[in-house]
Amino acid sequence: MNKLGLNRLLIPLLSILMGLVVGAIVMLIGGYDPVRGFTSLFNGMLGSPYAIGETLRAAAPLIFSGLAVAFAFRTGLFNIGVEGQVLIGWVAAVYVGINFELPMFLHLPLALLAAMLAAAAWAFVPGFLKAKFHVHEVITSIMMNYIALYTTNSILRSVIGVTNERTESIRETASLSSPLLQELTTFSRLHWGILIAVLAAIVYYYILQRTTLGYELRAVGFNKNASQYAGMSVNRNIVLSFVISGMFAGLAGAMEGLGTFNGMTLSASFTGVGFDGIAVALLGANTAIGVVLAALLFAGLNIGGLAMQLGANIPSELVKVIIAAIVIFVASGYALNYVIEKLKGNRKKGVEKK
Amino acid sequence: MMNKKKTILSALAAGLTLSTVLAACGGGDDNEGASNGEGGGSEAGDFKVAMVTDTGGVDDKSFNQSAWEGLTKFGEDNNLTENEGFKYLQSSKQADYQPNLQQLARDNFNLIYGIGFLMAEDIQTVAGQFSDNNFAIVDMVVDAPNVASITFKEQEGSFLVGVIAGLMTETDKVGFIGGVESDLIKKFENGFKAGVMAVNPDATIDVKYAEDFNSAEKGTAIASGMYGAGSDIIYHAAGGTGVGVFTEAKNRKKNGEEVWVIGVDRDQYEEGLPEDVTLTSMVKRVDTATYEVSKQTMEGNFPGGEIIEFGLKDDGVGIAETSDEHVPADILSQVDEYRQQLIDGELTAPATDAEFEEFMKTVE
Repeated sequence: MNKLGLNRLLIPLLSILMGLVVGAIVMLIGGYDPVRGFTSLFNGMLGSPYAIGETLRAAAPLIFSGLAVAFAFRTGLFNIGVEGQVLIGWVAAVYVGINFELPMFLHLPLALLAAMLAAAAWAFVPGFLKAKFHVHEVITSIMMNYIALYTTNSILRSVIGVTNERTESIRETASLSSPLLQELTTFSRLHWGILIAVLAAIVYYYILQRTTLGYELRAVGFNKNASQYAGMSVNRNIVLSFVISGMFAGLAGAMEGLGTFNGMTLSASFTGVGFDGIAVALLGANTAIGVVLAALLFAGLNIGGLAMQLGANIPSELVKVIIAAIVIFVASGYALNYVIEKLKGNRKKGVEKK
Repeated sequence: MMNKKKTILSALAAGLTLSTVLAACGGGDDNEGASNGEGGGSEAGDFKVAMVTDTGGVDDKSFNQSAWEGLTKFGEDNNLTENEGFKYLQSSKQADYQPNLQQLARDNFNLIYGIGFLMAEDIQTVAGQFSDNNFAIVDMVVDAPNVASITFKEQEGSFLVGVIAGLMTETDKVGFIGGVESDLIKKFENGFKAGVMAVNPDATIDVKYAEDFNSAEKGTAIASGMYGAGSDIIYHAAGGTGVGVFTEAKNRKKNGEEVWVIGVDRDQYEEGLPEDVTLTSMVKRVDTATYEVSKQTMEGNFPGGEIIEFGLKDDGVGIAETSDEHVPADILSQVDEYRQQLIDGELTAPATDAEFEEFMKTVE
């Protein structure tokens, strides 16, 4: 048990370290100075109030998308459709933000709720198809991403009425932006969303670990057949898991729509928030605290990567190499761990036999 | 068991704190170093100019690339070194625009370009925060005292390719395919229509919008419809959607049909190969614009708060140099006459639907 706990910490930490080493090697091959590169990377992440503000700002949606992926993971499901659910949540939040006239204490919660419900409805589809017809959720949720991308563009044009690529700004009563936080961090776009994200991580922990619902969901994740035998409704839990996962994803979209951008832009490509969520969940080992830390790291790397362009003339794409390397090491780390445990198990059995 | 867990956790916490402190220290040192460098730099009267690309990246074979070519030329002409005196920062997502603009402002760049109208909002915000820096935006108007808005008279260049199309069509039918309907693309459409009508009032012009800048399939479908209905020349102002127009034209040319495409933004001669379907292109010289505005700024004449329009007169728009491949010399000389009239102001190319209506009255 101890060893397992140790490995769960060690593998991600080692992976991060090795990812950075890979980054350094690529810098050397590319003829860049790794010391300068990493200095400006870390400066860009945490070196100034502004950097910290932007890192926290970028972390908020990643925490949500990470929680969304992790929640489904914990119940044995792969929600690769988080990206699409983020877009749907985003557009719903912006719609409410623009079209309703309410005092803030109603407007903001309503916009957040709209994001959650819209994305939950979107996520319901692959969940339902899986439960009812056993259609593999990876396929359906991936395909739903494309439907979401083009649907949101269409909604932006026809329902919200975008003429010049971008919606008008949402009303201030629905905005998470905070002049105070922006001032504290010298003009970063930090908004209150990070607090909601941390709160959501606590809710995530609470649902999974402290409620009957969470217990059932995890049980289904561990062993479907046993859960069924124990009298749990596997199908109901699959749909529920997707719906809750979608709610987290929708809030990730709300972070962008109500916090970072205060609006939405027509887009021909994905935001990447949902896909990054997969990496965040993996590195965070699907735990609440892990997801928060991993989201902070990836957000910081992304923001620091921009500073690397200016500080060390290194293309910011390099950060993507580092993130990808970390993910690969984490993934193979778990494989390695699995092998180690297996070997140990066998040895033990061997000993017992003797 | 609990104890061990706690030790691990606290070790982790200590590690994190340590790395944070280290990073912070590193940050402090580096910042000082950087600001010292800047101080020295500005004392020497060094001029620093930079641009932030949109998500297309610096090698998009279009807009961003052209802007960077202008800056590169400016840098070379003024003995600036890349990355020190002139520089670009790439944005891989929309969220990167603001941090990129801000870090350049913090690093005291004298002039910072935002390439593309999607950056309008961010330029507006950052220009407000950093009132001592100069900014410029391409293809959009941002109202702020320290922002120069660079726009192009696309209608003038489009007028000239319209003249070519009007004179060269054999079916008296030409087509226009726009990306997304907006004030900007309307300039292309109306200029083109006016050019055609000026030389060939009997011609009909088929106008369609794809409602998408990145859908080659839609481009192919619309072009197929237009060529099928008898148009023999199509002018596209549709970005990536235009790729589909070229595909359709090439397929038809392979089957022996005589069809042409007029390219946009830069010389699209190569896109037409090997079937050779590019008749001419309406080029938009973003490089000229970035070069000129940088030069003005370095000379102390930053056009802050102004809208600078690059037209035929400033070589900001025009027809591609390869036009003589397929366009006969007598037609090119007519194009030259119209060019001169537009420059002299004897003729005005319409930019909006209303202006086009007015223009048509003069033709009749």
